[in-house]
Amino acid sequence: MKILVCISKTPDTTAKIAFTDNNTKFDAAGVQWIINPNDEYYALVRAIELKEADPATIIHLINVGGADSDAIIRKALALGGDEAIRVNAENLDSFGIATQIAQVAKENNYDLIFLGKETIDYNGSAVGGMVAELLDLPYISLATKFELNGTTATVTREIEGGEEVCEVSLPVVVSCNKGMAEQRIPNMRGIMAARTKPLKVVEPAVSDALTEVAAFSLPPAKAGVKLVDADNVQELVRLLHEEAKVI
Amino acid sequence: MSVLIFIDINEEGAVKKTSLEVLTYGARLAQQLGVPAEGLVLAPVKEDLAALGKYGVQTIHQVQNEALAHFDAQVYTKAIAQVAEKTGATVILFSNNTDGKALAPRLSARLKAGLVSGAVALPETANDFVVRKSVFSGKAFADVKITTSIKIITLNPNSFTIEAGAGTATVAPAEVTADLPKVKTVSVNRQSAEVPLAEAERVVSGGRGMKGPENWGILEDLAKALNAALACSRPVADAHWRPHNEHVGQTGGAIAPNLYLAIGISGAIQHLAGVNRSKVIVVINKDPEAPFFKAADYGIVGDLFEVVPKLTAAIKQLKG
Repeated sequence: MKILVCISKTPDTTAKIAFTDNNTKFDAAGVQWIINPNDEYYALVRAIELKEADPATIIHLINVGGADSDAIIRKALALGGDEAIRVNAENLDSFGIATQIAQVAKENNYDLIFLGKETIDYNGSAVGGMVAELLDLPYISLATKFELNGTTATVTREIEGGEEVCEVSLPVVVSCNKGMAEQRIPNMRGIMAARTKPLKVVEPAVSDALTEVAAFSLPPAKAGVKLVDADNVQELVRLLHEEAKVI
Repeated sequence: MSVLIFIDINEEGAVKKTSLEVLTYGARLAQQLGVPAEGLVLAPVKEDLAALGKYGVQTIHQVQNEALAHFDAQVYTKAIAQVAEKTGATVILFSNNTDGKALAPRLSARLKAGLVSGAVALPETANDFVVRKSVFSGKAFADVKITTSIKIITLNPNSFTIEAGAGTATVAPAEVTADLPKVKTVSVNRQSAEVPLAEAERVVSGGRGMKGPENWGILEDLAKALNAALACSRPVADAHWRPHNEHVGQTGGAIAPNLYLAIGISGAIQHLAGVNRSKVIVVINKDPEAPFFKAADYGIVGDLFEVVPKLTAAIKQLKG
């Protein structure tokens, strides 16, 4: 069993969001970078659990990015990936990233491709579906549980107002959601082992960008909270009805 | 040239509310571009599709094919691509809901068509196709230019007001060739909530301050009085007090209701990331230092077990 886990580098959740170059670029000054939480907590950890159940399993990690991604790739290796591939390309749109992942996947015949349901910076939920289409594979999005029985997977996925259980034969692309696994912390043994695990850098395949960011902006600042006395809930109801007009 | 709108059908064969938003959005966009707005239905439907014309769509392409009876992103994508090609669609729209998130990227890769997912507004001008979307978990917006001739957009739920007029649509049968699905649905387990969380205009959400699952009755009463959906914070879902699909936040679902009532939730940044696009936020918490008050529009500092029942009674009184 060979699993490819796609990991993305994102600003830490608590990072201050600001822009430079006339609001056309993200201001990375002072930002701490992390593995996208959906890729780490759910996709990578579930892959590690599958390897723990079947030690013959091989986990490859893939990141599309510059050399500044290497720190988060090493952390993912410390958690339990076997080897990593970094496609040396930056500032691609979702389609550009998916094209690079699909190219690597075609050369390595993976049984499973896992990634998080979305990145916490661009919130696109796009790369998984694009990779699946480029590889002509089935795609199960927003998976909350994943069980393997030979070459058949039973996957629970989120749907509006509930969940759906489905079955699919491998290979398959799965976007992973809360419920798949729980966050882990790398241990010292993992960190030491990660230093010598292979991190292969490959040059990108040719791909066209289909979109480009013209500008960023911040939402208007809130006016501040209007506090209502706890003994006067009628006043809150009046404000919601007459002022905010939401009830 | 046309704007093609994917119409989502629920388990009962009815059009989802999020699709009505996309229909309205699509009709307005088509007007801007000077092309027809057309709908596409793939799933079995019990509604009168011609009546969807009141949202401004002129034609509804209806595909009836057994291979499409159950949702499969791969099979659906191929079907949508065929209809898009036959109708000469240059803009294809979806809701940014669970199905839209699975379909739009696949179709984007298939057609090599630029995708903006999670759009919150119409393009500023039709000639320069730049669409605003929410990024950094609601902490910023990006104006994204689609540079391809065919453009795909998914619209965030609750970001566009449904407008209904008086028109009627022509329902046109459409033929597609469809493969058998590779993904087999084994079972569907829907919560009995009357208002689905993703579509809800009002949401009542509880956190650790609720102290246990046995206390959720007061939130259910409040939600019922407001015709609201229920949600919860991450620790609540992690402790299995409430199902995972109610968890809103960065690693749960992102929602944008008109009214979000956060009860007994301190307002960690990860939680705010999932709810900060709500139009009005009300916080009820006994800790006046709870960070959520900084993001709230209205707040009550008090014991939720005393405040919530009073609030429910006051809302019932307002509604008569």
